[in-house]
Amino acid sequence: MTDILSVQDLKAYYLMNYFGVRREVRAVDGVTLSIGRNEVYGIAGESSSGKTSLIKVLAAAIRPPLRIVGGSALYRFTTGDIDIARASRDELDAIRWRNLSYIMQGSMSVLNPLRKVGRIFEDFASRPLGLSGAAFRQRVAQHLERLKLNPNIMNAYPHELSGGMRQRVTIGLATVCNPEFIIADEPTTALDVVVQKDVLGLIKDLQTSMGSSIIFVTHDMAVHANIADRIGIIYAGRLVEEAPTKTLFTAPKHPYTAHLVASLPRIGDTGQRPALEGRPPNLADPPAGCRFHPRCPLVIDKCKTEVPPLETVGPGQRSACWRWRDVQPIAPQRPRVMETVK
Amino acid sequence: MSALLEVRGVSKVFPIGGVLSGRQMRAVDDVSFSVGEAGPEIFTIIGESGSGKTTLARMILGLEHPTSGDIIFEGQPVTHPNRALRLKFMGKVQPVFQNPFEAFNPLKRVDGYLASTARQFLGLRDAASIDAAMDGALQKVGLSLAEVKGRYPHELSGGQLQRVAIARALIPNPSLLIADEPVSMVDASLRMAIVNLLRDLRDNFGVCVIYITHDLATAYYISDRLVIMQRGLIVEMGVARQILDAPQHPYSRLLKASVLSPETFGGAALAPPPDLDASSLATSASPAGALVVQADGRAVRLPSS
Repeated sequence: MTDILSVQDLKAYYLMNYFGVRREVRAVDGVTLSIGRNEVYGIAGESSSGKTSLIKVLAAAIRPPLRIVGGSALYRFTTGDIDIARASRDELDAIRWRNLSYIMQGSMSVLNPLRKVGRIFEDFASRPLGLSGAAFRQRVAQHLERLKLNPNIMNAYPHELSGGMRQRVTIGLATVCNPEFIIADEPTTALDVVVQKDVLGLIKDLQTSMGSSIIFVTHDMAVHANIADRIGIIYAGRLVEEAPTKTLFTAPKHPYTAHLVASLPRIGDTGQRPALEGRPPNLADPPAGCRFHPRCPLVIDKCKTEVPPLETVGPGQRSACWRWRDVQPIAPQRPRVMETVK
Repeated sequence: MSALLEVRGVSKVFPIGGVLSGRQMRAVDDVSFSVGEAGPEIFTIIGESGSGKTTLARMILGLEHPTSGDIIFEGQPVTHPNRALRLKFMGKVQPVFQNPFEAFNPLKRVDGYLASTARQFLGLRDAASIDAAMDGALQKVGLSLAEVKGRYPHELSGGQLQRVAIARALIPNPSLLIADEPVSMVDASLRMAIVNLLRDLRDNFGVCVIYITHDLATAYYISDRLVIMQRGLIVEMGVARQILDAPQHPYSRLLKASVLSPETFGGAALAPPPDLDASSLATSASPAGALVVQADGRAVRLPSS
């Protein structure tokens, strides 16, 4: 078995019970997926689709009211197997940073503004690495050079660094222990295009040289196209489609994916891009049947009552749609004739 | 027809550090352009973070005063001596901000904003005509008053809320809309709805839009003309498609090379372009030289020899 992570029918709900009013929000509802060694797995989905809840579970950063209700998430690290849903606190502490690490979105809220970068590295990584003092600082300096950062920034405060450098530091924190599995939550969303490309290149380089697996979460499909080996599309807490990157972009088999791919504007093409109508469903009260049916152009009566299973529809491709055979890639509508502007 | 908005040699200098430090940052440096000379258009300002795009927008809105230079809207400078003139100006130039969830107070119903805009700028007093004005503006953005009335911001999706923000800006029938990164906080599936809406406003309602963004793909999709800014200076200006198809200034070329396309797969596209040193360009000081108009009508900043 080469998979480093296998998730089986994972369910994690936000369970709330305030003043006798019970509410449950099914943020992760029956997700099954597996990720191989040395693979970059992209997770795409809009806000409030449950993608952050899913990776919180996978990162073992579960805090009430989020609770794992069912299923399992089994990691096969070289140091031993561990199931996030059943592991004890001590077991999780042992793998955190060393085997499993997390690149977070807002670099400014990750880095303590009152501590120098070198100190922040000590806070995070000194214990998992088992190093201290000069040996530790030397290890960090080497790692910073790998990230194309000057080791002198260990004496700088976070506010003295630019946004791109800060994001490199957070990537550095997550990778200094050579983890086997990295979870990256929108690591480039706050950066502008030039820096974004730079940082993505860096993540890809590190991943290749360390041989780690990455779960890469972002809602930017263009980023996914360039970094992910396989992509899973999350809609309203469920995995609706999963395919190798190229297949997903050229032959999507779920209407939501087809729309996501078609709505991307491209330089050099001014055809009218369709926009998806309707709003994302409320997870506290999701629609019955397929959760995409109120916005779906291919909806039939069956979709409104029965939940479509995630079935294999092609090599490496799975789709949860009753009508996946009818899904066509959407071509841009009428090419638009632009009036010339002086 | 004279230009709707003219920006002439505008600079903005912020002091850095204490009053006595004497250090200055030129956030916007000698920027000149005009918008709406040939009828309604979408004019795009592209630049990295810290290139002065937002400062420029704030100056056009009159929220910030230029250190030097003039901003002329319909023949009048945008610095107003009194409140009456200022209100008249605000009725014609309206902003749309980046994050709709921050633009609306979460404790107030969104239709309250629309109603107070209608009262303030259209001088309406009776409930029926206010409702009619609100509904008219909401129809333009593909919503209706019935959907929005009595709702709080958290009850609407990001895309809907951004459309309400645009509807609010449309109530006074402005001739210029300033949209500062209106889609960067909106989900991919809803983003194109907003972008298509801006295009409809130009085509069907004759509204000029200044679209500020760092997303080259949507800029290519909707804009007529654009400027590319780096460190407060315009480095390239002209017809949008012409520039984005074949950018000439090194920074514009770097920007275009950095755009990730959904057509390239695998990590190959992530390597830096061989002829452009991204790190040195990105960290170099202000680009030097003067804007020179080229044969095809675009202006490019060329190094002074």
